[in-house]
Amino acid sequence: MNKRTFKIAGVAIVAASLAFAGCGSREPAATGGTAGAKVAKIGVIAPLSGDLSALGLGIRNSVDLAIRQANEAKTIPGWTLELAAEDDEAKPDTGKNAATKLASDAAVVGVVGTLNSSVAQSVIPVLDAAKIVQVSPANTNPSLTQGAAFATAPARPNANYFRTCTTDSVQGPFAAQYLLGEGFKKVATIHDKKSYGQGLVSEFAKAFTAGGGTVVAAETINPDDKNFSAVISKIKGGAPEAVYYGGEYPQAGPLSKQMKAAGLKIPLMGGDGIFSGEFVKLGGTNGDLATSVGAPVDTLASAKPFLEGYKAAGFAEGYEAYGAYSYDAANAIIQALKTSLASATDAKSAREATIKAMASVSFEGATGKVAFDEFGDSVSRVLTVYAVTDGAWAAKKTGELK
Amino acid sequence: MELFFQQLVNGTSLGALYALIAVGYTVVYGIVQLINFAHGEIFMVGAFGAFATWMVLGQPTNWGPAASLMILLPLMLLGGIAVSVTVALLTERFAYRPLRNAPRLAPLITAIGVSVFLQEFVRLFYGRIPGFPDAKSAVPFPSIAGISGEIIQIGGVTIQMPAVFTIGALAISTVFLWFFVNRSKTGRAMVATSQDPDTARLMGIDVDKVIVAAFAVGAGLAALAGVAHGLSYGNIDFRMGFLAGLKAFTAAVLGGIGNINGAVVGGLVLGIVEAMATTFIPGQFGSSAWKDVWAFALLILVLVFRPQGLLGAKVVDRA
Repeated sequence: MNKRTFKIAGVAIVAASLAFAGCGSREPAATGGTAGAKVAKIGVIAPLSGDLSALGLGIRNSVDLAIRQANEAKTIPGWTLELAAEDDEAKPDTGKNAATKLASDAAVVGVVGTLNSSVAQSVIPVLDAAKIVQVSPANTNPSLTQGAAFATAPARPNANYFRTCTTDSVQGPFAAQYLLGEGFKKVATIHDKKSYGQGLVSEFAKAFTAGGGTVVAAETINPDDKNFSAVISKIKGGAPEAVYYGGEYPQAGPLSKQMKAAGLKIPLMGGDGIFSGEFVKLGGTNGDLATSVGAPVDTLASAKPFLEGYKAAGFAEGYEAYGAYSYDAANAIIQALKTSLASATDAKSAREATIKAMASVSFEGATGKVAFDEFGDSVSRVLTVYAVTDGAWAAKKTGELK
Repeated sequence: MELFFQQLVNGTSLGALYALIAVGYTVVYGIVQLINFAHGEIFMVGAFGAFATWMVLGQPTNWGPAASLMILLPLMLLGGIAVSVTVALLTERFAYRPLRNAPRLAPLITAIGVSVFLQEFVRLFYGRIPGFPDAKSAVPFPSIAGISGEIIQIGGVTIQMPAVFTIGALAISTVFLWFFVNRSKTGRAMVATSQDPDTARLMGIDVDKVIVAAFAVGAGLAALAGVAHGLSYGNIDFRMGFLAGLKAFTAAVLGGIGNINGAVVGGLVLGIVEAMATTFIPGQFGSSAWKDVWAFALLILVLVFRPQGLLGAKVVDRA
């Protein structure tokens, strides 16, 4: 008898809590935004604190801008968009928790992020299971869209994942071609053992040796290290003419500074991960080089509305390297939502349709044409080499990888 | 051969930094048998204290070498030491002293808690001080004319002035410690307490005072290391104490925990092994990726064949 009462009580409690939970999730839809409009949320997963927060906050602000503009223009009739930004601290486990949180929010229909490829690896499966579309403005690791065997047998691992930036398999070779073209024949490579840095360096080294150059030393550092003198002294022995670094600015800045202090006065070149004003503040010196995806945002006619909008919105932080890509990523989601939300009764049921609609999205964004190929990669393969000139990044050469 | 001497210089300056921090682990362990895992954060706080001093002085950037070396650097060192010692004494008073007679695991866990607390405190509150930069990411450390970016060139070997500063700070501290421990009343009271606290107390030694002195000495040297770190690498951040503290603790164990000279030797050996392993181990296991593996392999070997550490632990077994 006792057991039975328990069962009944249990069922009652579960039923009650379900009913209340139902109320809870309906409430914000009724109160939020303009009267009668339903709410759909676009999430952001990016480092909002820590070393990489400059880049992460630029991503969040740019997405915020796209959402505000869409709401003002009533791009999606009957719906109000909201921003749901989560901090991943550039850590895979924190990113996973953020993704789980967003996936459990029934109003979330799409996510812009992440910044780090290593974080993306743990975020994508969570969002894929919840059928939430994810567009990254910054992940450059080729395996995210084309699988572990991207070089030989590309296969798309997750249908929900797209990106607006180009990959390391384009970025590394582009850097190699640039250095060879400038007459550099001997380089040393260093990476930080993270998937981004390692991927960049291996693609670079392949293209550099194929083009007739020599990699005189291949070294690594720990992301937590502060003292790089032992590595620097070692590569100095091989007399390299440049150092190619796979990693991000918190280590690249000090590394460049310590190289020069140790008498190794050669340029340090890196990927988009060092393309930040912070790199110069932390020790990057004149002559250091970086490749970044796309053409320089401030010279593009297509980016003018973005730049003006960003300025007018009065964000405290700059848009940094990925601002325009995040803006395009958010707009790509909004374009897809136009199709998927049109006939939807609630946000959650539109999730799968949004992924489908994403494949046929095509528009002129801030960075140029925004569209995705069969793997979810951006169709644009334009890159730019930047050099530190008088303490700030300046564009050197824009081109498309052949 | 040039490369050998270059790596020797690199390793010695890295090792000197480890050694300055390691002393703090060792003096505290010698007296209260506490592995003060928050000591790495005392080092971090010292660097931020020196930076704060520089901010309070009005961020001077264009002082000449003489004024910088004679006035600015000593003031920053004093500021760093003051902050480190204050924080160390506060943790001792409020976190460790109430647990003096608790089982050993309790203060150990508390130390880890204090470590996390100090990191997060600096991360979240440093930028709240009006005019101070946000400490959530790395903060550029001010450069001191006469040290930052200056080098001495001997043949093919480049010696950077911050390295000279670090090694010099260690040398002066070691001499100071010798006099302090062997010639001062407090120092000899420390030795007595570490050998037998109960008898020391019966002989009229104020054990609480001795423990405070041990924390203060360790914190002072950690602050020196914090400034040396800022000058050498140009950046300080709230996480810098974690790995440095772990390496310094390793150095203290390598040299023989509880033994001050052992901490100095252990630090230098660890730094030099890391630098040498980067260059002189041939083949696949030789690159910089393996330097920590070799450093810890050495630690294991030393502990297998000399469990008391290189110079022998000076802790009396009190079981």
